[in-house]
Amino acid sequence: MSLEIKTSVLQPRRNTYANVAERLGADKPATRYEEGTFDIQPTDNFHFRPTWDSSRELYDKNLTKIKMEDWYSYRDPRQYYYGTYTIARSRMMEAQEKNFSFVEKRNLLDSISDEWKEKVGYFFLPLRHYEWGANMNNSDFSDRSYGASVSQVGIFAAMDRLGIAQIISRVGLLLDGNSGTSLTKAKDYWLEDEAWQPIRKMVEDSFVLDDWFELHIAQNFCMDAIVYGLTYDAFDAAIAAHNGAALSMLNEFMVDWYAEEKKWADNLLKVCAAESDENKALISDWVKKWRAQAEEAFTPLAQKTLGEEAAAAAFEAINADLDKRAKKAGLEL
Amino acid sequence: MAVNKKKRMGIKERYSLLTRGLGWDTTYQPEEKVYPYDKYEGIIIHDWDEWEDPFRLTMDAYWKFQAEKERKLYAVIDSFAQNNGHLGITDARYINAIKIFLTGVSPLEYAAARGFTHVGRHFGGVGARVACQMQAIDELRHVQTQLHSMSHYNKYFDGLHNRGHMHDRVWYLSVPKSFFDDAMTAGPFEFLTAISFSFEYVLTNLLFVPFMSGAAFNGDMATVTFGFSAQSDEARHMTLGLGVIKFMLEQDERNVPIVQHWIDKWFWRGYRFLSLVAMMMDYMLPKRIMSWKEAWEIYFEDAGTSLFEDLGRYGIKLPKFHDIPAKEKDRLSHEVWSIFYNYTHAAAFHTWVPNEDEMQWLDSKYPDTFNKYYRPRYDHWQAEKDAGNRFYNQTLPMLCQTCQIPMGFTEPDDPTTICFRSSEHNGETYHFCSDGCKNIFDHEPEKYVQAWLPVHQIYQGNCGGASVEDVLEWYKLNKSVDNMDYDGSPDQKLWEQWQADRAKAAS
Repeated sequence: MSLEIKTSVLQPRRNTYANVAERLGADKPATRYEEGTFDIQPTDNFHFRPTWDSSRELYDKNLTKIKMEDWYSYRDPRQYYYGTYTIARSRMMEAQEKNFSFVEKRNLLDSISDEWKEKVGYFFLPLRHYEWGANMNNSDFSDRSYGASVSQVGIFAAMDRLGIAQIISRVGLLLDGNSGTSLTKAKDYWLEDEAWQPIRKMVEDSFVLDDWFELHIAQNFCMDAIVYGLTYDAFDAAIAAHNGAALSMLNEFMVDWYAEEKKWADNLLKVCAAESDENKALISDWVKKWRAQAEEAFTPLAQKTLGEEAAAAAFEAINADLDKRAKKAGLEL
Repeated sequence: MAVNKKKRMGIKERYSLLTRGLGWDTTYQPEEKVYPYDKYEGIIIHDWDEWEDPFRLTMDAYWKFQAEKERKLYAVIDSFAQNNGHLGITDARYINAIKIFLTGVSPLEYAAARGFTHVGRHFGGVGARVACQMQAIDELRHVQTQLHSMSHYNKYFDGLHNRGHMHDRVWYLSVPKSFFDDAMTAGPFEFLTAISFSFEYVLTNLLFVPFMSGAAFNGDMATVTFGFSAQSDEARHMTLGLGVIKFMLEQDERNVPIVQHWIDKWFWRGYRFLSLVAMMMDYMLPKRIMSWKEAWEIYFEDAGTSLFEDLGRYGIKLPKFHDIPAKEKDRLSHEVWSIFYNYTHAAAFHTWVPNEDEMQWLDSKYPDTFNKYYRPRYDHWQAEKDAGNRFYNQTLPMLCQTCQIPMGFTEPDDPTTICFRSSEHNGETYHFCSDGCKNIFDHEPEKYVQAWLPVHQIYQGNCGGASVEDVLEWYKLNKSVDNMDYDGSPDQKLWEQWQADRAKAAS
């Protein structure tokens, strides 16, 4: 049995904005994602060329080799606009704060064996710099990409990566009693340690990539698959065997986040690869190039941290997952 | 490594560890390649570590505060739509202010999002990048919440249906668009001087506040709720604006003349853009907040002067031409409204002759000019209209090469003579509405000759055809619906119908 409150109904003269109706094929009620995303980027009649790079327009389709008839054929599968994005992250963060208090109150990180505590300092904490690199790359992706549906997933991801760098840093502060010494040491590893150098080099090389779509593949598809596989699967499992389950609690945000992140990142490859054989070949080549580079760059660090055998098993699992994701995106590797 | 006993940590130190500490100096790639854009403007930065963070928000706090605000805002937007909130506004003429806002200002919020994303990647300093990224995502919030708040109005009123298409094409919308294109195509330091300092810090009380106060005075609960919700974002953005100016000035004294020129330029650019707001305040709000003249006196002449006194210790002076608006304040809104009255057949909003009450209000606010110069003009237009000759100007106006406003402004010292200025560049003559706009052009002619001037483009055949009809079609403007006088418009008819139905229901 339902209750019906009578209200006065005024017949609307139109159901949504004209550009949205055109994309939906009819004037029908639209979602907030659609009204807040479609065609909000200017496309025509720019007044001036950038003084910082006069070879391009302010918004320019030619900043990637990927060609799309209409960039709005890509839509975030999560349907995030600012409101739904911040509300989703604040919920995740609320759970994360509970985990931080739980671990802190009971000094749970203390129970990790000394050897593995060192490993947290050596392997886990320098990842805050990797995440900061991912913040820069996703800002760049958002800056240079075309169309609001693509650009906005980039700036959301950029802010996410800053947030994750801060969560990792807070684990360091929990370990060093807020002195910051663990973070200084982690930075030294990032800057000087031999096993970290191929990784830092790869990240810095990615900063200067010309093609923003290649940058997306390098950062959000290839490098992240390896970092998230090694850290939140392999390392997480290994440390759990050394009384490190508390770290798993603090990793929860990143685990949930990456499961969600893959949705938009993979879908962008899928939509663009489906557009043309040229796109598909370009994307497939970039994936091949960057996953090979990323695996090579991370191998010394993975071996040093996990041992050769465990590292090999981790890469096998990561590659199997990447193959599956690439196939689902319609790529040919 | 034992887990250490917890030390108390100050917010500043903690924030520094959680943000500044994340960055590093690249060694595998040279700095010039990683940050290729932050040197060519000539601004000298010795030490980015001296950047004072304008606000210390880590992402956990950012998500939490912003999500709370979003929850509240969308609850109001939902209830506004459910309860036919559009019936609560003072008069349907008010919606024309919203039309200007949605087509002229909301697209700038998106431009700001992209502009701040650009500089948020490209500044050499971590602190500056983080502050700009947060502003980038805030600006995305603003464009989206505006589209969502005004979506309900679009369902019941005309002229709101094709904001993006119009913003890229319609003649008067090239004024705000070229303003922001100008800022975004400038270098990162000029962008922040233009938007964060000149616009958000110095002039925001003359843009954002009049629209939001206008909404509050005129029963527009959707817009006013958005405005309240954005207030704390704006406060952060203003802090960034002042912060970046002080940072540049403190880093090296050679920065002072560069910054002074940018302040001169963007003060004038911003002021010309605000003439749309002047018209909105004096003519389009059925219930008025204050006059443009009063707003200028309070928010620039008083507040701005004390700001520049404070910046005087760095050698910064009041913007060049700052005294011109004081001379123009008695006529600015009347001149602009007259331009739109002339060309409202080519605009996506309605205009009208003010009624007698409104003329009396205008006279009380502008005792030296209104009855002398403008009332006779309105009386004449009204008489023409009553005789069935509502005046629409069929000749396209000359536009100022810099601000792109039709050249209808008068000489600073003579309100009865149109002001014309011109400059020669590579054998061509370029025309300006004022010394301020000419000065800007003369400093960077190679930039401003590129301007996409709507009238030139129409005459060159790039806007759908040769007749007004063709151009309106190209604008995707619904003829005799979105444009023309308010009197007789579908908006007016429906509004009166709704009022009559409500009166009937109440009796």
